[in-house]
Amino acid sequence: MSSPRRRIADPPLVALAMALSLFGIAMVYSAGQTDVPTVVAKLYRQQIIWFILGVGAAYIVSRASVRFFDWVTTPAYAVSCVLLFLLLFVGVGAGTAASTKSWLAVGGMRLGQPSELAKIAVILMLARILAARKEAPRSLMDLWQPALAVFVPWVLIMRQPDLGTGIVFVGIFFAMLFWAGASWQLLVLVASPVVSLILAFSTGLWGAWFLVLIALVLWYRPYLVEGVAVVLANVVTGVVAPVLWERLDPYQQKRLLVFLDPTTDPQASGYHVIQSQVAIGSGGWLGKGFTLGSQKRLAFLPAQHTDFIFPVVGEELGFLGVTIALTLFLFLLLRSVRIAARSANPFPSLVAFGLVSAWLVHILVNVGMTLNLMPITGIPLPFFSYGGSFMLVCWVAVGILVRISGEGRGPSDMLVI
Amino acid sequence: MSFHPNEMQRRARLASALLFLSFVFLLGSFFRRQVLQHAQYVLQSEENRLREVPLPAPRGVIYDRRGQIIAENVPGYSVSLLAPGVDSLRAALRRLAGTIPMSSEQINQAVRRFRRAPNRPAVIFPDASFDVVSVLEEHRVEVPGLIIQSAPKRYYPDGPATAAFVGYTGEVNEAELGSATFRGYKAGQQVGKDGLERQYESLLRGREGTRFVEVDARGRVVREAGARQDLQPEAAPPLYTNIDLDLQKFVVALFADSLIGGVVALEPSTGAVLALHSAPSFDPNRFIGGIPADYLRALNEDTRRPLYNKAIKGAYEPGSIWKLATAVLAIQAGLVSLDDHMPVSCTGGYQYGNRRFKCWEKKGHGDLTLAQAIELSCDVYFYQLGLKIGLSRLVAGGVDLGARERSGIDLPWETRSSFPSVPATDYYNRRFGARGWSNAVSLNLAIGQGENAQTVVNMARFYTALATDGQAAQPRIVRGEIERTRLFQLDDEQMEGVKKALAGVVQRGTAAASQIRGVMLAGKTGTAQNAHDAVRDHAWFVGFAPAHDAKIVVAVMLEFGLHGSRAARIASKIIEHYLGLKTVQVLHTEGE
Repeated sequence: MSSPRRRIADPPLVALAMALSLFGIAMVYSAGQTDVPTVVAKLYRQQIIWFILGVGAAYIVSRASVRFFDWVTTPAYAVSCVLLFLLLFVGVGAGTAASTKSWLAVGGMRLGQPSELAKIAVILMLARILAARKEAPRSLMDLWQPALAVFVPWVLIMRQPDLGTGIVFVGIFFAMLFWAGASWQLLVLVASPVVSLILAFSTGLWGAWFLVLIALVLWYRPYLVEGVAVVLANVVTGVVAPVLWERLDPYQQKRLLVFLDPTTDPQASGYHVIQSQVAIGSGGWLGKGFTLGSQKRLAFLPAQHTDFIFPVVGEELGFLGVTIALTLFLFLLLRSVRIAARSANPFPSLVAFGLVSAWLVHILVNVGMTLNLMPITGIPLPFFSYGGSFMLVCWVAVGILVRISGEGRGPSDMLVI
Repeated sequence: MSFHPNEMQRRARLASALLFLSFVFLLGSFFRRQVLQHAQYVLQSEENRLREVPLPAPRGVIYDRRGQIIAENVPGYSVSLLAPGVDSLRAALRRLAGTIPMSSEQINQAVRRFRRAPNRPAVIFPDASFDVVSVLEEHRVEVPGLIIQSAPKRYYPDGPATAAFVGYTGEVNEAELGSATFRGYKAGQQVGKDGLERQYESLLRGREGTRFVEVDARGRVVREAGARQDLQPEAAPPLYTNIDLDLQKFVVALFADSLIGGVVALEPSTGAVLALHSAPSFDPNRFIGGIPADYLRALNEDTRRPLYNKAIKGAYEPGSIWKLATAVLAIQAGLVSLDDHMPVSCTGGYQYGNRRFKCWEKKGHGDLTLAQAIELSCDVYFYQLGLKIGLSRLVAGGVDLGARERSGIDLPWETRSSFPSVPATDYYNRRFGARGWSNAVSLNLAIGQGENAQTVVNMARFYTALATDGQAAQPRIVRGEIERTRLFQLDDEQMEGVKKALAGVVQRGTAAASQIRGVMLAGKTGTAQNAHDAVRDHAWFVGFAPAHDAKIVVAVMLEFGLHGSRAARIASKIIEHYLGLKTVQVLHTEGE
């Protein structure tokens, strides 16, 4: 509960977000500095405007109470689902995701990506559902509500198709279950059919996984029906995996194959990730100097202002710049976990942790793909990648966290005047 | 939800630890790429952005013995194109063709060059004129990959006069790139194709430099200079030759346009090549930067075969100039002395078995000594001398005199002279079948006919031995070590006798029209039957002067020259010029 004597602020969190945003804007500026100038050259100005708007939005959000977040959950979730549904008919592609339908546009003006709003809406909805329960989820049956809350927008997003955002939703789901106190065994059981889906391509590995799974079921002792269901689900996914593979779009297949070995197609599908690694690797300890990266400057690095902005950091500022950027991210996340842990109530605590997990998945997938640790899924890097709605949403998240922090228990980090 | 503060603290610690570990993992991955594998990625990034533009090195300047220039370099321009692929290259070429007229052959050639070395700029105009360059400079922006490079261009001040030995340069071709000789060469480089340029390629090439231009991902040249420190080309050191350019030009002038043949002038004591010419000649300057198709066609269609080097590649029956070999072998074996007579005197022919072998002098020479037989080139005397030596010694001796060898001159593609091999009976059995020949081959061999074909340069080499003390000097164009080989061993008196007999050829004998006032010229004429033309024999003369202290040996071969005496007149003029003397004009004798 906010008290009139308290000023709602979390200076460390805001300072970290500010530092990351300014760092990011500098990198968007650098991304535009190419030998043959392109439209990217001026995008940093727009990014500054979105940053200012984002900070304003964060301030407004931080003035709203946690109660308001609770109140807005249902309408936000409903609006998100409706928008995502409409997108399947009116959505347009843009930039690196030109073939998907992730953008909402009116009269040719792209307004933004509803999936960004949906992330926050799903976090709020999951938080409310999980907070409503008195006990931690114990059985699979306990999970049907949260699962459904994620599943509806997830399916709509996967239909766009936007694999990257889909992965974020899955990450949020598992992270929030963990925060709600679900045991790791339960999480593994839930995740097991997906593991089967992947391992099914190697019969030996799949067999081994099956033994592990059965051991887990015997140990955790879920309801008999559930245990059988989990095992059956694993059998089914393992069997249908090749069929699903066949039904993937060729470009999706290619991305996954290239992830396993980028050199199979160095000129086309593997080109991005190879050039990204060349940019990062050639940066060395201190980099080639701000705006001076040759991979970026000479257009070898694709999407250097959006999905592949982090290689610009690696190439121009070297390992030092990478360390600074990642350390800022780490502190931001640790600070947010702390806010989640200090929250006085389950709902804000879960919301905070949901935001942490969304950011974490974005960072791991985006940064990971630049080094070929993750397949290329095209999701942006928070505070860095050029993009208006994403910048705005990131700062709204900061605003929510500031509010939750302000309403949290304990005096330690609060400025009390 | 289980929401006890302790529970929350536990989960927060676990979550924080996981966060921390995943970031450590990410940082570790970056460390591996950026620090441990840095060198590899720097290399890849440099390969991405830099294209090497070769800076050709100036080839070594070639000088004659007095420091006059035979081959040098003049400023030229080469125009090339950098392209990421064949399609974009063709597109750029089409755009260029709008401003500079280009044949489809030129376009195809540029594409071939590109395919051979896609990372190097494809040469379009290896030798662009200043006009072309200035037009291209104006249209530079329209063709982003265009590279105009000043490149030293080979120039031969005396072009056709030196072509026979200096050769020419050209772009290295595919076959050469595959050969061991041109290991380490890159497509598009200029290399020696013939003559000294080819023979001394490794000394003349210098070291190619590199200019680095920066390109973007689409292959457009973004920065022409300063992308990386250029590697400057290193000029090759000069090459000093034994050629006497004045003499060479004099020889060329003597041949003018009408005569066909080859000449080699050597310094007998060292083998130094003073002049070497093959007529008619060609202009090697027109070969630089690609031979114009019509010029090449004209050269190839010319029946006088200008591209065929008659001094080192043509092998001709030596005829009477070979009689000295027969004489030397007989004297060396102690069978005759220069004053000895043969049993049968010359009556215009010689009966051997059931066949009469003619002497060229139908009236007959009468009874002669060996010295007189040399002067008058009497066939009947040499028939009997050949029989006296015997076939096997005649062949073995000829082989010892180098009749089956190359002279060893420092030029590429010298033809090996041909002569029967040892043992002689095996050779003739192989050639004609066991019953297909008789001892009569000795008669032909003795007078330089039959299975004997010698290059001009090899005959010049043999006569260096006659002009000195029996040691032949290996002909050398480039200054260097002297290599002499003993061909035969005669005592001083015999040696002097042979020289005197050869001097007699010019004083009284078959070359009496070619005397030089103030110096004794020695030499031997020869007329070689021409397999292609029954009437027009080839004419030979090999001689030296002064007879008893030779400073120069000259071998002259005139295709279709009819009479050795005509070759002798050419040779005497060359020697006269070299020694700075005048010939005595005597109008006398034809024939041998």
